Amino acid sequence: MTMTTPDFAMPARKPDDKPGHVTIRNRWFAVRLNYRVLGMCLFTIGLLALLTVWAMTLGSYRIAFGDVIRAVGGNANEEQNFIVQTLRLPRVFSALLVGAVLAMSGAIFQGLVRNALVSPDIIGINTGASLMAVIWIAYGFTAIWLPLAAFLGAIITAASIYVISWKGRIVPGQLILVGVGIGAFLSAGTTWVTLQFPIEQIRPAIVWTLGSVYGSDWGDVQLLGISLLVLGPLSVMLMWYLRALQLGDDIGRGLGMHLELTRLALIMVGCGLAAIAVSIAGPIGFVALMIPHVARMLAGALSGSVMLFTGVLGATFLLFADVVSQHFLPVTLPVGIVTAAVGAPYFLYLLYRSNARV
Amino acid sequence: MAATSPTQAPVPSEVVSRRPAVVIGRSAGLLIGLALVGFVALLSLRFGAHPITTGQAWNAIFDYDSSSYEELVVRTLRMPRTVIALGCGAALAVTGAVMQAITRNPLADSSILGVSGGASFAIVTAIFYLGITSPYQFVWFAFAGALIASVLVFAVGASGRDGATPIKLTLAGVVISSLLAAWTSALVLLDEQTMEVARFWMAGSVAGRPLDVFWVVSPFLIVGTLACVFLGHQLNVMSMGEETARSLGMNTARTRIICGVLVVLITGAATAAAGPIGFVGLAVPHMVRAVIGPDYRWILAYSVVVGAIFLTAADILCRVVLENGELQVGIVTALAGAPFLVFLARKRTVAI
Repeated sequence: MTMTTPDFAMPARKPDDKPGHVTIRNRWFAVRLNYRVLGMCLFTIGLLALLTVWAMTLGSYRIAFGDVIRAVGGNANEEQNFIVQTLRLPRVFSALLVGAVLAMSGAIFQGLVRNALVSPDIIGINTGASLMAVIWIAYGFTAIWLPLAAFLGAIITAASIYVISWKGRIVPGQLILVGVGIGAFLSAGTTWVTLQFPIEQIRPAIVWTLGSVYGSDWGDVQLLGISLLVLGPLSVMLMWYLRALQLGDDIGRGLGMHLELTRLALIMVGCGLAAIAVSIAGPIGFVALMIPHVARMLAGALSGSVMLFTGVLGATFLLFADVVSQHFLPVTLPVGIVTAAVGAPYFLYLLYRSNARV
Repeated sequence: MAATSPTQAPVPSEVVSRRPAVVIGRSAGLLIGLALVGFVALLSLRFGAHPITTGQAWNAIFDYDSSSYEELVVRTLRMPRTVIALGCGAALAVTGAVMQAITRNPLADSSILGVSGGASFAIVTAIFYLGITSPYQFVWFAFAGALIASVLVFAVGASGRDGATPIKLTLAGVVISSLLAAWTSALVLLDEQTMEVARFWMAGSVAGRPLDVFWVVSPFLIVGTLACVFLGHQLNVMSMGEETARSLGMNTARTRIICGVLVVLITGAATAAAGPIGFVGLAVPHMVRAVIGPDYRWILAYSVVVGAIFLTAADILCRVVLENGELQVGIVTALAGAPFLVFLARKRTVAI
């Protein structure tokens, strides 16, 4: 057996140079993105673009594929321009942005609790947001503050769950069960509020609680877009901290992180994402639960690039679910019912496999 | 996340007490409880939008005079809801205790485990979609729905390495309930009139239910509840764990199936009578257990009594708490019972 020569000659490799990755680094943050996952993102974005155009060809007024593309630029005939630009484009954009936002929020919560069964809809954060929003709609407060009210509902709920399940540390199972209990409490509250009003007045709120992107306008798209522009990069950047947190509190502390501050930031971003989606589209279920899991299965453990992929995948899924709910069912249903029909069996399958160790 | 083994409860040194003082004390407690049931029932006849004296309530039952407005109110409005509340409260509480024993899961309740969700989905489908109006028919749908949902929840929840842990059962129940709720909403969404009726029905209430529905389901409720009460000995053995029970010579599979059938029948019947009323089966057995200890023979008997008192009192609260209009009792039980779930979830024995 020959002695292995210690390779003094080898230069110490900088951590940035991991093969197959590109690193963006500056004074404030550093993100390492995986080429393979970026490629998957690009592929999915291509798919999403095709789906977007196809979604806009469908409807009681059929528009040809090419005409849709021309109408987006305003170059088709007047009727087609109107239909595409004011009716179909906002809805399609809302659907895909809501999907992206929900999926990313789910990924944050799952990463934070290190459990694939956690998502803002299972642990009652969406219920908190929707209770506030139903109150807001039912009592006829200014619609412009609805997202803020939903955010407040989400953040108060998340804070209560965190505080109540805190016993020197967070046990994921306890957090989930506490969340389920709080969710049951809040949804009883929502039922109570809706029963106070006559059906004609409350019907919009009830339909809204099922989760739907029906009737979205450019204002919604704007709000979603701005939130995603702010919170999306933020959540990609926070992934490094999340991964460090996942190694355990001691390692996190050893790395010089302020643990509770980091958790707070992650929870704020996760709640913000969930609340924006809920305030626009209602509590659409199971996207936040299912998509992060699928994304991790396809692309590997959670990281900045996988976070991006999660968002793109969520957008594709929700847009597809919306197309199905709008055009391919005997009756038009809110998209939340379609995502529940797909997501609940998937969740049960996860539970059955016990992959998600609880 | 610690490695999960089926939670092995410490075998209580003295689960079954035969000391005469204890037996006499508990029997006396049960009698006091029965007296309280009568008292709450009387209050339930008296309280409401229209004031009624005790004498009028008494006359309405034993010396009915249909020309008296007060007695008419008691007979046609207050009495049905009191009877339904007493019956459903007792039945739901006792099924909660039975489920907690056979799944060895302190979080078991017919609403948490999706059983009442299955029943109410089937009933809404039968009434509003298939146009079935006779309670003789739709009660069978309730049984079928409860059966399918509970089999699904237990099949999924008990699968995997660790068997039926509380959290897996709870999550399976919650997800199946929410799926069924989504489908129910989809069914009623298109028709505003149906939605108007169904949304009140889905909240769970004992008010304004016709008494003939209750007469249809009462055999199931009464026989089922009595059968459960006499299962105390079996449940005591079951609650020591699968292996201990089997080594004591118990056919655990048979006991599970008997209990499961009873749970499905009772929950289906109670849901048909009052809609999905949650958390009675969670809260009542735990309150009882906290006072009288872990002997299921007493837990079951006390659950019947306390469950009846609990739901009737909640229903009275529904009538007096709002100045105009009423609350639905299902909302009150959820608001009161969900904190129980949170409280239990924080205990180390439940998680995980």
